[in-house]
Amino acid sequence: MTDHPTPSATTSAAATTDVVQLTAAATAAAIAAGELSAVEATQAALDRIAKVDHTIHAFLHVDAEGALAAARSVDERRAAGERLGPLAGVPLALKDVLTARGMPTTCGSRILEGWHAPYDATVVSRLRAADVVLLGKVNMDEFAMGSSTENSAYGPTRNPWDTTRIPGGSSGGSAAAVAAFEAPLAIGTDTGGSIRQPAAVCGLVGVKPTYGGVSRYGLVAFSSSLDQAGPLARTVADAALLHAAIAGHDPLDSTSVDVPVPAVVEAAGRRDIRGLRVGVVRELAGDGYDPGVQAAFTAAVETLTALGAEVVEVSCPHFTYALPAYYLIAPSECSSNLARFDAMRFGLRIGDDGQAGAEEVMSRTREAGFGPEVKRRIILGTYALSSGYYDAYYGQAQKVRTLISRDFAAAFERVDVLVSPTTPTPAFPLGAKVDDPVAMYLSDLCTIPSNLAGGPAMSLPAGLVDGLPVGIQIMAPPFADDRLYLVGGALEEALDAQRGHALLDEAPAL
Amino acid sequence: MSTAAPASALPSYADALARYEPVIGLETHVELGTVSKMFCGCPTAFGAEPNTQVCPVCLGLPGALPVVNSAAVCFAVMIGLALHCDIASWCRFARKNYFYPDMPKNFQISQYDEPLCTDGWLDVEIDGEVHRVGITRVHMEEDTGKSLHVGGATGRIHGATHSLVDYNRAGIPLVEIVTEPDVRSPEVARAYVDELRELIRALGVSDVRMEQGSLRCDANVSLRRRPAPGEPDAPFGTRSETKNLNSLRSVERAVRYEISRQAGRLDDGERIRQETRHFDEAAGRTSPGRSKEEATDYRYFPEPDLTPLALPVQYVDELRVGLPELPAARRARLIAEHGYTVRDLTDLRNAGVLDLVEQTVAAGATPAAARKWWLNELARRAADAGSQPSDLAISPADVARITVLVAGGELTDALARKVIDGVLAGEGTPDEVIAGRGLAVVADDGALTAAVDAAIATAPDIAEKVRGGKVNAVGPLVGAVMKAMKGQADAASVRGLLLERLGAS
Repeated sequence: MTDHPTPSATTSAAATTDVVQLTAAATAAAIAAGELSAVEATQAALDRIAKVDHTIHAFLHVDAEGALAAARSVDERRAAGERLGPLAGVPLALKDVLTARGMPTTCGSRILEGWHAPYDATVVSRLRAADVVLLGKVNMDEFAMGSSTENSAYGPTRNPWDTTRIPGGSSGGSAAAVAAFEAPLAIGTDTGGSIRQPAAVCGLVGVKPTYGGVSRYGLVAFSSSLDQAGPLARTVADAALLHAAIAGHDPLDSTSVDVPVPAVVEAAGRRDIRGLRVGVVRELAGDGYDPGVQAAFTAAVETLTALGAEVVEVSCPHFTYALPAYYLIAPSECSSNLARFDAMRFGLRIGDDGQAGAEEVMSRTREAGFGPEVKRRIILGTYALSSGYYDAYYGQAQKVRTLISRDFAAAFERVDVLVSPTTPTPAFPLGAKVDDPVAMYLSDLCTIPSNLAGGPAMSLPAGLVDGLPVGIQIMAPPFADDRLYLVGGALEEALDAQRGHALLDEAPAL
Repeated sequence: MSTAAPASALPSYADALARYEPVIGLETHVELGTVSKMFCGCPTAFGAEPNTQVCPVCLGLPGALPVVNSAAVCFAVMIGLALHCDIASWCRFARKNYFYPDMPKNFQISQYDEPLCTDGWLDVEIDGEVHRVGITRVHMEEDTGKSLHVGGATGRIHGATHSLVDYNRAGIPLVEIVTEPDVRSPEVARAYVDELRELIRALGVSDVRMEQGSLRCDANVSLRRRPAPGEPDAPFGTRSETKNLNSLRSVERAVRYEISRQAGRLDDGERIRQETRHFDEAAGRTSPGRSKEEATDYRYFPEPDLTPLALPVQYVDELRVGLPELPAARRARLIAEHGYTVRDLTDLRNAGVLDLVEQTVAAGATPAAARKWWLNELARRAADAGSQPSDLAISPADVARITVLVAGGELTDALARKVIDGVLAGEGTPDEVIAGRGLAVVADDGALTAAVDAAIATAPDIAEKVRGGKVNAVGPLVGAVMKAMKGQADAASVRGLLLERLGAS
């Protein structure tokens, strides 16, 4: 499946390293200034992939030809005097849960092996329209179910900070690709924390936009009412540029909301949070939180105070029930969403020996094509929706969801943003939790409430714990995504100044 | 264990009715006549090459999302309003989950506990008696694809070697109209479907062609013992559901058969199985499909890919005000204004000429003349051509003009038929055809008198009979004159003239 290009002979290793370390904004600026061509930027990324992805295994599919063609088009049009967008020529890694013409879409599952979508997701068509260069598809937990990328049918991705550890999940390929300098930007998707948790454990900025802010058309659904695509980047400003490129109303997605896109790019550059009210969520701390994570979080909050924010403690009592509610709602929706993988129209087909009936072929294909975590959730969701159990499980979980939304609404009457650690622990070793699903589920303890309530949330690097990055989560009310960037931009600048460099500069060389 | 008893063993229908009261409810699926599908932009035209009217959405490809077709919502609300339903100000779609190869997503987007329209009624009239049928609900959903089972003798899945699926139909908007268990006879069941079809046709929201499946009916039938005088009604019995009845006649026959079949089982002390059944048109019998008792749990839940449907009061009110005249009101008006009988209206409707007749009257014809020409001459011509009367290349205004000319004596019926020939042949308006073909009635008495005298001279024996008082024997002489005049005379005048000449008037 993996299709790695060989390093190009024409670019020196030193030059490649320099180019791939540029932020997206700097890459775009260099291309705009004529100091760098889009082809050079793309080739540098492809070379980096060829060099390090054997170790990291972020990419499931590298579209070198398509990427270089897109880059050439940018260079040609720029040469012809055409004015291009702020990310023109910047390479990007796409989570393999979004459809893109000309590339396979596997969702990390055996059941879609070899399937090529005949259409572009809206996120992808917007990226193409913005002249972003799509390098290829990156790894993920099967159908975005997991927190470690170990549930991929194509093998796990490794954390660039420590390759014996998980990169988080489900957008582990997206995070690892950016942290390993294979791409300055990646698209992930976040159903219960799948952008923010990998961003935190890989030392990146990751944002789950407001539900309805980014089109889900072409995002292969895990849990329709929770899924949202968003940016992963090395800086707040880069994340803002990517966020702005993909956000906005889409008539093809009924749940996408027709409101103006929040001014995230402008907010990321403002760097002034004096007087801003910040609430620390009391319930997202304590037992189960690594002391190092807690210390890094506390230090980041002190920095916010130093920047002039008013920090108070806020209680969101129902957040305690978020995890169990999530593990009823998401599997319920997934049990229905994944019913279409039935061997009839696309993807894997097992047992069609001319004798077996359709029902048997469906069963055999699903038995062979889905991994254990996907099956676990389909079974869980099927049970939760069953006649006689619906009210006790799905119905009850929806009520909890309402209560969590009310907790947020009440909190946002007092404060402008809420903060918490992004994850209870830093990246854990590969294999540590594969046999303990509940321990794995706890990785998303802090991130799930925003998915249930629909509001936007960002993870920002807070610091290192024993050489491993951890994140601070910033949460805002629905459609106030710009507040994340306002706080994130200011905090990032202050934390970088404190340590004298960006956190990623401390990542070990690969 | 087979539940299909041999027909000979069944009690007679009359016998069954004497002891049991049938309780019948009907579920009718109607394909809405929207240009595009329920949740995507694919066309809905019937009869296209298989799998040519599909896209990622209606094929249920990974990542694709539905978007509600607002025209379908509008049509469904119109149906609800015409059925006197309450229209929900807020409702949701729901997923009905089950696996079947012709269902692309393996769930159907439908409505469950929050239907768009509830609590209405439809009156049907049989022989002057009005039966009110309660409407429980009208909800929206998408159609499935169509399976074609190949290799078996019957086209059914049993015995087939493989199956093909055409997804052109997948995603066509449907409404399901569910009645209360109010219907008590096969005749009322049939009349209900007939009236519902007329209603929906009048709304212009579906072509309601049962033979093409754009209107399909399922009949729920149960029996309960007739109470002795003074006893309360017995509780409802267990029902069977006979699926996909595709003609009015099948509705009536299938219900009638089920009444006899169930009576036979109850007489034998057996219980009725709650099951779906198929109606075999050729044999006139129903046979069991899958048993509902072992059927799937559909695991309904609100469709998370769609936002709730919240229709503004003003939107519904505008549709209510804009509803066209409905069949019952129209029938009352036509009886009052045009003097038609209920039977006339039935005949005109069955011939597919009711609209045309009304337009012809509006264009100046008398109701009787319009009825006569459309029902007899023009409906026959359409049938001969294998088309619908409305497809004929003659307008109601043309027909009205012809009837006016006939009434004024300027055309005979025979000449009028020739004028119709000319109009249908594209020779222009009736007046242009008359001019072009020289078809006006000959009013020149000289030519007519000569023809009359010649006819009498040629057939002296007939003339003698008429003179002798056998007035009805004049027919052949009239025919001879008309022939001589090449039809350009008025037959009634010719007859009068002949009788006068023969001293028999």
